[in-house]
Amino acid sequence: MAAQQRDLIVIATVLMLLIIIPVMVLTVMFARRYREQNEAVDYDPDWDHSTALEFVVWAAPLLIIICLGAVTWTGTHRLDPYRPVERITAHKALAKDVKPLDIEVVSLDWKWLFIYPEYGIATVNEVAAPVDRPIAFHLTSSSVMNAFYIPTLAGMIYTMPGMETKLHAVINKPGDYEGFSSNFSGDGFSKMRFRFNGMSEADFSDWVKTVHSADKTLDRPRYLTLEQPSSAVPVMHFGTVTPDLFEAILNQCVKPGTRCMSDMMKADKQTAAGEGRAPTLQDMGEMKGHIAEDVRLHGAGLTPPDRKLRAERTAMNDPSVQSSSPSTVL
Amino acid sequence: MMMSPQTAPFSPIFGRLTLDSLPLHEPIVVVTFIMVIIGGIGVVGAITYFKAWGMLWRDWFTSVDHKKIGVMYIVLGLIMFLRGFTDAMMMRAQQAISFGSNEGYLPPDHYNQIFTAHGVIMIFFVAMPLVAGLMNYVVPLQIGARDVSFPMLNNFSFWMTAAGAVITMISLFVGNYARTGWLAMPPLSGIGASPDVGVDYYIWGLQVAGVGTLLAGVNLVATILKMRAPGMTLMKMPIFTWSALCTNILIVAAFPVLTAVLALLSLDRYADTHFFTSTLGGNPMMYVNLIWIWGHPEVYILILPAFGVFSEVVATFSRKRLFGYSSMVYALVVITILAYLVWLHHFFTMGSGANVNAFFGITTMIISIPTGAKIFNWLFTMYRGRINFELPMMWTVAFMLTFVIGGMTGVLLAVPPADFVLHNSLFLVAHFHNVIIGGVLFGMFAGINYWWPKAFGFKLDTKWGKRSFWLWVSGFYFAFMPLYALGLMGVTRRLQHFDDPSLQPFFIVAAFGAMLIALGIAAMGMQFYVSIRNREQLRDLTGDPWGARTLEWSTSSPPPDYNFAMTPVVHDNDAWWDMKQNGYQRPDSGFQPIHMPKNTGIGVILAGFSVAFGFAMVWHIWWLAAISLASIIGGAIFHTFNYDRDFFIPEEEVIRVEGQRNAALVEQG
Repeated sequence: MAAQQRDLIVIATVLMLLIIIPVMVLTVMFARRYREQNEAVDYDPDWDHSTALEFVVWAAPLLIIICLGAVTWTGTHRLDPYRPVERITAHKALAKDVKPLDIEVVSLDWKWLFIYPEYGIATVNEVAAPVDRPIAFHLTSSSVMNAFYIPTLAGMIYTMPGMETKLHAVINKPGDYEGFSSNFSGDGFSKMRFRFNGMSEADFSDWVKTVHSADKTLDRPRYLTLEQPSSAVPVMHFGTVTPDLFEAILNQCVKPGTRCMSDMMKADKQTAAGEGRAPTLQDMGEMKGHIAEDVRLHGAGLTPPDRKLRAERTAMNDPSVQSSSPSTVL
Repeated sequence: MMMSPQTAPFSPIFGRLTLDSLPLHEPIVVVTFIMVIIGGIGVVGAITYFKAWGMLWRDWFTSVDHKKIGVMYIVLGLIMFLRGFTDAMMMRAQQAISFGSNEGYLPPDHYNQIFTAHGVIMIFFVAMPLVAGLMNYVVPLQIGARDVSFPMLNNFSFWMTAAGAVITMISLFVGNYARTGWLAMPPLSGIGASPDVGVDYYIWGLQVAGVGTLLAGVNLVATILKMRAPGMTLMKMPIFTWSALCTNILIVAAFPVLTAVLALLSLDRYADTHFFTSTLGGNPMMYVNLIWIWGHPEVYILILPAFGVFSEVVATFSRKRLFGYSSMVYALVVITILAYLVWLHHFFTMGSGANVNAFFGITTMIISIPTGAKIFNWLFTMYRGRINFELPMMWTVAFMLTFVIGGMTGVLLAVPPADFVLHNSLFLVAHFHNVIIGGVLFGMFAGINYWWPKAFGFKLDTKWGKRSFWLWVSGFYFAFMPLYALGLMGVTRRLQHFDDPSLQPFFIVAAFGAMLIALGIAAMGMQFYVSIRNREQLRDLTGDPWGARTLEWSTSSPPPDYNFAMTPVVHDNDAWWDMKQNGYQRPDSGFQPIHMPKNTGIGVILAGFSVAFGFAMVWHIWWLAAISLASIIGGAIFHTFNYDRDFFIPEEEVIRVEGQRNAALVEQG
C-alpha cells in the first residue's frame, strides 16, 4: 500500500509539472525579454485581452485537474484504509480462506498498546505481524487524539477516544520498521515511537509464544495504571489479556462503575427514539445487566464499534471476575 | 480525564494567579523578560524625552483616519513578526541539535508552547494585521473615498486586534501559553488534558482579536460597496479592491464560526459542558470540522489581498494594462466560493469514507484552476511590457516562481492517498510556509515597498531592499526545501526530539536558512532606517513615483487628511492612468468645506477593558471580569451619547493644502 501511495505521488507530481515547468520557464523568459533595458522588443501597453489565450489559461489547468481528479477518485477508493486487503502484492492474489490478523491498537499517553484478540496477548510499543497475511487494525485512543503511522506499511490513520478507526494493510518483506504517532498529543509525543516487525510465519509463532510466556496479565486495574501518562516507555509483553478490554476502552468504561457509551446510546435509542421522549432514571436502571449488542455509533462517518460485545456486562464491571475466562491459546 | 485537575490555590481577589505563575524558574523566559523590560523602558523613556505622548495620542492612537490606522496595523504586524520569528529561530535551533542523547535546550512543555505561539502569532497577529493594514490604507484611496464607512469602528477594530496581541503576549511572562498546536484541538485542549491557563490565553486572545477582525471586515465590505467614486462600477474597481472585497466577505462569513467554536470550547472548559469531549454525547470531531470551516477560508483571507497586490504591481511595473481583468475578477470570486467547499481536506486521515475524501480532494484541486489562470494572467501582463525591476516587481517575480511550487505541493496534499502518507509531516509544514511566505509575506513586502512612498512621501532605499530581498528568498529555499525532503522521508511535525541522526544535516541546513532569513529581516530594518535617514534624497513630490495606474496615486504623498478635495469621476478601470492619458488638470478653485469625523479615544479605552476582561477570565478573577465586561458594555453605550463626532475642514484650509500641492507639482515640472 505504501508503495502504491508513492507511485500515486509520482504520477500526480509529473502531471502538475506539465504545467508548472512551462510557467516557471515563461516567467523567467518574459522577465528577461521584456525588461525595460531591452528596447528592441515590442511594447504594447493597451493589449489586455485575447480570447484564445484566456481560453488556454483556463483550459490547460482544467485538463490537468480532470486527469488528476480521475486518478484521485480511483486512487482514493483503491487505497481506502477501510477497504480490506485484496491482493498480497501486485503479482500475488489473496487466497480465499485467509482470515486477516486482527490487531487492536490503543494510543495511550504516550505509548502504544497492541492487543491480539486471536492469541489473547498484548504488547506495548512493539507490534509484529507475519508477512503476506493481511492485517486488520482496529484503533482507538484512551484520552487525546493521535495518528497511527508505520510509513513502510501503510498510510496513517487517526486514533480518537470513544471512536474506532480501521486500517487494512499487509507487509511483504520481513524486517524491523519504525512506527510512531503523527498527530501531536502532548509532552511525550516525540517519544511515542514503537517497532513494527514483519516476520516469517514461523518467527511470528515464536514471537507469539514468547509474549505468551510473559507472566504479566493485562487486566482492568493494570490497564488503568498503564493509561497514566508516561513517556519513552520500554517494550512490555502481557501473556494474557482480559477479554473485551478493547471494547471497554472504546466505550470508555474500563473503570469499574462507569457506564459504557454503547449502553448509554442503546438506552437513548430505546427511549428517546423509540418512544419519542428522553430517557428517565428508571430507563437507565432497566438497562443494567443488559448485554449491549448491535449498538451502532452514529456520526462523523466513523466505523461504529459494531463487533458484538462478547462478555456479560456484570463481568465487565466487576474487577474480581477479570481474566477468569481463559484466552485462546495458540 | 488524563490528569487530575490541578488543585491550585484560589483566592477571591487574584483567582488562580499566584506568585508561582511567574515563570521565574525558566532562565530563557526570565532573560527575555529582562530584555523586554529594558527595551520597554527605553521606548517609554524616549517617547517621554521627546514629549511625544501627546502627539501619539492625538494624531495616532485616537485617530479615525484610515491611513493612520492602516499604518498602525502594519506596525503591529511587524512588531509581532519579531516575536513570531524569534519563536521560529528557537524551534529551528532545537530541532537542529536535539538528536539521540542530546535533548536540546527546550524541554517539551516549553517547546510545545513555542510552536503553538509561533503559529497563532504569525497567522493572527502578523499576517492578519499586515493584510488588514494594507487594505485599510489602500482601499479608500483606490475607490476615491475620504475614509471608510465607519471610521470610529475602524479605530476600535484595530485596538481590539492589538488587545488580542497584548493578551497573547502577557502569557509569555504571566503563566504559560497553550501547548496544543495553533488550532487547539480537543481533547488535547480540553480541561482534562490542558488544565492550566495556556488554552485560556489562547481562547481570549483570539476572541478579543476576532471582534476586531470581524468588525473590520464589515466595515470594508460596506466601504467598497457604498463609497466608490461616481463611475466606478464593480467591474471598473481596481483589482486590489476586488481582492479586498472578496477577502472581507470571507472574513464576515468565516470569523463568526471561529468565535462560536471557541465559545463552545470555553463552555467546555469553564462550565463543564460536553460539546467536544468524547463522553456524554460530545464529539471532538465536531471541533475539528468547525475550526476548519473557519480555517480554510482563513488561508484565502490571507492570500487574496496578496494576489491583489501582485496584480497592481505587475501592471504598474510592466507599464501595461492588467491582462484579463474580468477573468482575474471571476477567478477571485470562484476562489472565494470554493474556499468554503474544501475544509475536509485538512483531515482526510480521520477515517472519512473514500467518497467523502475523494469529493473534497477534487474540490480542492479545482481551486488550482482559477489560481493557475491568475498566474498566467500575470505572466501575460508582463508579455510585451516594459518591465521596470523595482523592489515590488522583484518580490512579484520571486512570488511567481516560489508560489507555483507551493501550489503544486498543495495539490499533491489534496490527493487523499498521498495525504495519508504526507499529512502532519514536515512536507505539510514546508507546503504552507511555501504559500504563506512565498505568497502572503512576499505580497506584503511588495505592497509595503510599493505603497510606502504614498504613505510617507519618500521611496524606500533600494540597496538595502535588494539585500533583504536576496537574503529572504535564498533563506526561504534553504529553510524549507529540506523540510519537503524530510516530509517525504516520513518525518512528522512538532517533534521536540529525534532518534535518527541521519536526519540531522537536513535540520542544520534548515536552521542555516532561518539564519539567512534573520539577516534578511535585519537588512529590512536597515532599509527602513536608511530610508528614513535619507528621506530628503528619496523624497517624491509627484505623488506618483512609479507611473502607476490607480486613483491613490492621483493624490499627494502622503495624501491630505481628506484624501480627495473633490471626488474623482471614473471612466476606466485604470482610472488614474486614464486621467493622465487624457490630460487631467488638477482643480485650483471651487473647493468647499470638507465634513470629517472627529478622533475618539473610545477604541483604546474599550480595548483596554477587553485586555482586563481577557486576563481576568484566564485567571478566574471573577470580580475583575465582571467589572471590565460591564465597563465595555457601559463604555459602548456611553459613547453612543457622544454627539460631538464630526467637524468641517474650512474651505481656506483646503485651498491652502491644495495650493501647496499644485505649487509643488509646478515646481517639479
